[in-house]
Amino acid sequence: MVGDRKKLMSSINKKKIRYFIPLFLASGIIIYTIFMVVPILNSMFLSFYTGEGMSTPTEFVGFRNYIRLFTQFPFKDRFINAFWNNVKFFLIVTLIQNVVGFFMAVLISRKFWGNKIFRRISFLPVTLSVLVVGFLFSLMLNPVWGIFDKILEFLRLGFLIRPWLGSTTTALPVIAIVISWQWMGEAILFYMAGIDGIDEEVLEAAKIDGAGPLAEIRYILFPSLLPVIGIVTILIFIGDFTQFDIIYAMATTRGNPTYSTDLFGSLFYRVTFQSAERGGWGMGMGAAVATIMFLIVFIGVIFWLYIFRMKGLKDKEGA
Amino acid sequence: MARTKKPLLTKSLIYIILSIYAVTIFYPIFLMLITSLKENKEIFTNPYGLPHVFTLDGYIKLLKISNYGIYFRNSIIVTVTSIFFILVISSLASFAIAKYRFFGKRFIYFYFIAGLIVPIKLGTIGILQTMIKLHLFDNITSLIIIYIAMGIPFGVFILTDFIRLIPEELSNSARIDGCSEPRIFYKIIVPLLQPALAAVAIVNFIPIWNDFWFPLILIRSDSMKTVPLATALLYGQYETNFGLIFAVLSMASLPVIIFYLILSRQFIKGLTAGAFKGE
Repeated sequence: MVGDRKKLMSSINKKKIRYFIPLFLASGIIIYTIFMVVPILNSMFLSFYTGEGMSTPTEFVGFRNYIRLFTQFPFKDRFINAFWNNVKFFLIVTLIQNVVGFFMAVLISRKFWGNKIFRRISFLPVTLSVLVVGFLFSLMLNPVWGIFDKILEFLRLGFLIRPWLGSTTTALPVIAIVISWQWMGEAILFYMAGIDGIDEEVLEAAKIDGAGPLAEIRYILFPSLLPVIGIVTILIFIGDFTQFDIIYAMATTRGNPTYSTDLFGSLFYRVTFQSAERGGWGMGMGAAVATIMFLIVFIGVIFWLYIFRMKGLKDKEGA
Repeated sequence: MARTKKPLLTKSLIYIILSIYAVTIFYPIFLMLITSLKENKEIFTNPYGLPHVFTLDGYIKLLKISNYGIYFRNSIIVTVTSIFFILVISSLASFAIAKYRFFGKRFIYFYFIAGLIVPIKLGTIGILQTMIKLHLFDNITSLIIIYIAMGIPFGVFILTDFIRLIPEELSNSARIDGCSEPRIFYKIIVPLLQPALAAVAIVNFIPIWNDFWFPLILIRSDSMKTVPLATALLYGQYETNFGLIFAVLSMASLPVIIFYLILSRQFIKGLTAGAFKGE
């Protein structure tokens, strides 16, 4: 009986089922390929053409766009400027989200009444659009309405007041803090999931051995949460090196003041989709910028896979 | 004595730190919502607290000067349609990948998953050209198609793992009863898949509803605008009219805030699942 059943199954598997596989896969592969994979490859292809206007590539120019981007004024200056701004932006956001996110998650994960409410509140800003958050904080920080400055005065910290978004030294860090504020909930969420995954017994044993809260963080939480630090950081990396909305909302597409907040995202938009008077460089140059952004994200992800994932896989194989 | 005191102290310290944190998170959003209900004068004379006089003037003006109903309708059409197709398309593909053996299966799986780490934004030039060729420039259909393509990698990622966990015996006994493969998918897999489908839908909802980049590139006519694009343009146009601007920002946020308050548990579950799959 069992043998018959197996034979029957294998004959069904061989004949009928195969026919449906391409059918089930087709819609997904077609849409994903045509509207995501091909456009990204197409952008790389286009970076070797002039492509001045909206129309199809005009003339093959080899690496000329890249050479201009790396060596000529004003391309090089804008490009290098956006690169370093982006690195700074990424480092500030990574530092704030990992440090604050980690400690908030450690606090929230303690057993006490109401800890779930804190988790829910922390995640609320993540659901808002980056654009709305950017506009909202511009209004709060601007000197006309100036609610932030008024709060500082109320706290007797009035001496700290400065033109937050108007000065080249403060604008970029302030915008980085705003983005960190918005996405903190996500970091906390990931850290809490990581803490939930730690074996209760290990924590109990540490307590019995007399480990204080700091030792617990240093020797148990921190090492077991390293992969989470990796996930949070790579998500910030991908998000920040393509970030556009927050710059648009808080510093316009020019990265005001005087390009001090210009990131790759705003540079890409401005040079590709705006007219020459407003900073446009044509599609070919824009495609070169997009390709470099792709390479940066790609290298970042490979680096992350190498450090965090490969190690994880090896551990799994060993076990 | 010292033993009973210490936990109490740390506990109150935790409460204090978390309360300060909760206020910094909550207050700006609260401020946005209450300011939208204040009269223009009061926004400056009484900036922090609840309004003395509640008014809907900002919202009424917003509905008068713009076609907000249309932007809202467009955003709903785009979000609902693209999420629906993401669910259908990625569950079909995941079913094939999870339940059948065929040549190139691993490759196809990783081909889809690769989309998780490459931002679709970097293909914008190619997308723009394709949409112009297909005569879909300045049409919300283009947005729907892009969001479907954007959502497939995450959908396949979550659903493939989930379908793998469904015991093969269920499908096999149906096969013996003469059930066809599409029927197995529809009658057996889909009903069991519902929690995972909900997670995929919820996780896609936020970036699709809030997307500003693609409407900015692809939409020109007023009748095709979505809420985020309209928000940006209205903000630029009425920057000095605070009552109106706060109504604009609140209108863009209220749907997601309400949605989140109702479904916060599912939101948190879905996002956590996304980050920790394949660990």
